[in-house]
Amino acid sequence: MPFHLPLAELELGQHLYWRIGNLNLHGQVFLSSWIVIGVLLAFVVLGTRRMERDPRGAQNLLEFLWDYIRDLTRDQIGEKAYRDWIPFIGTLFLFIFVSNWGGALIPWKLVHLPSGELGAPTADSNTTIALALLVSLAYFYAGLSRKGLRFFEYYVDPIPMMVPFKLIEDFTRPLSLSMRLFGNIVADELVVAVLVFLVPLIVPLPVMFLGLFTSAIQALIFATLAAYYIGEAVHEYHH
Amino acid sequence: MHSWLLLAEAAAPKGGLFDLDATLPLMAVQVVLLTFILNSLFFRPVGKAVEEREGYISTSRAQAKEKLAQAERLEAELKLQLVDARKQSQALIFQAEQEVERLFREALALAQAEANASREKSRLEVEAQKTKAFAGLDTQAEKLGALIVERLLAAK
Repeated sequence: MPFHLPLAELELGQHLYWRIGNLNLHGQVFLSSWIVIGVLLAFVVLGTRRMERDPRGAQNLLEFLWDYIRDLTRDQIGEKAYRDWIPFIGTLFLFIFVSNWGGALIPWKLVHLPSGELGAPTADSNTTIALALLVSLAYFYAGLSRKGLRFFEYYVDPIPMMVPFKLIEDFTRPLSLSMRLFGNIVADELVVAVLVFLVPLIVPLPVMFLGLFTSAIQALIFATLAAYYIGEAVHEYHH
Repeated sequence: MHSWLLLAEAAAPKGGLFDLDATLPLMAVQVVLLTFILNSLFFRPVGKAVEEREGYISTSRAQAKEKLAQAERLEAELKLQLVDARKQSQALIFQAEQEVERLFREALALAQAEANASREKSRLEVEAQKTKAFAGLDTQAEKLGALIVERLLAAK
């Protein structure tokens, strides 16, 4: 590239490899995820330090978040089983949300890595597939632990002919969950990077705001779908 | 400078957008751990606080409702009492008015009777004196007549 701006450099699919034994790790993903987790934990610890009945300061925001997550979970999973899944759904939502926004708002470019670059942890397919597989495990676990073998009646609902479709769904769900999140975040980062590369001033700003919007929406979609799948797994059929 | 970041960066794989490796399970473990940590640091305490407040609000609401109902009941009772008292007082007033009327009539009747009696008495007295006076007048007139007749006869 003859024209080289310090802030505009496109790197796709390059990773900072860590080698532990025989295993390869994407170092930049873990570094940024630790920052994201650190921010989350710091906020949570600060907000819950002095809990009072009349909330003050960060407690308000935390309670708002909790309320929001509870409503989301209750709407999708139903009154009976939603309680156990608040932490999981909430963690998914918060982790993805803070990851996405962190990827967009934290000036990662100021840190130079030998290879790859820091960014949203959710812009790495490993992360999104891990999250999606966790969701799969979660809804199988939810269904089996709550309904036992009756969980499988979901596959023959409403008619036994549905079995192949429902089986396929078990594979397409994690695929679509992970690829949707991954694609959106990567595409957003790419668009912003390309625009910054072309016009480094002002022009990328609307796209950046749009990116923030999609980031939040993606977190919400992921959490809602996860809750919906769990809700479907614990749903009681009355014939 | 970044040597600590390159934990033995030997034979780096080619990379790529869909380069799946041990990052995936480790990230999953990390997220599960985060779930448990957030559960104990965030979801449980905040949920407890919110639900305690909700409970507090609903019980105080129920209490307030109960108090309101009690107040309304008392108000109705007192209103009833008030109506009763008003009725009683009206009855009392009516009674007292009747009593006054009766006393007034009695007194009036008594006074009238007394007046009638004394008028009758004085009338009788006047009558008697009149008859007496008339009687005296008659005798005197007779006497005078006789005297006049006597004198006339004597003058002849």
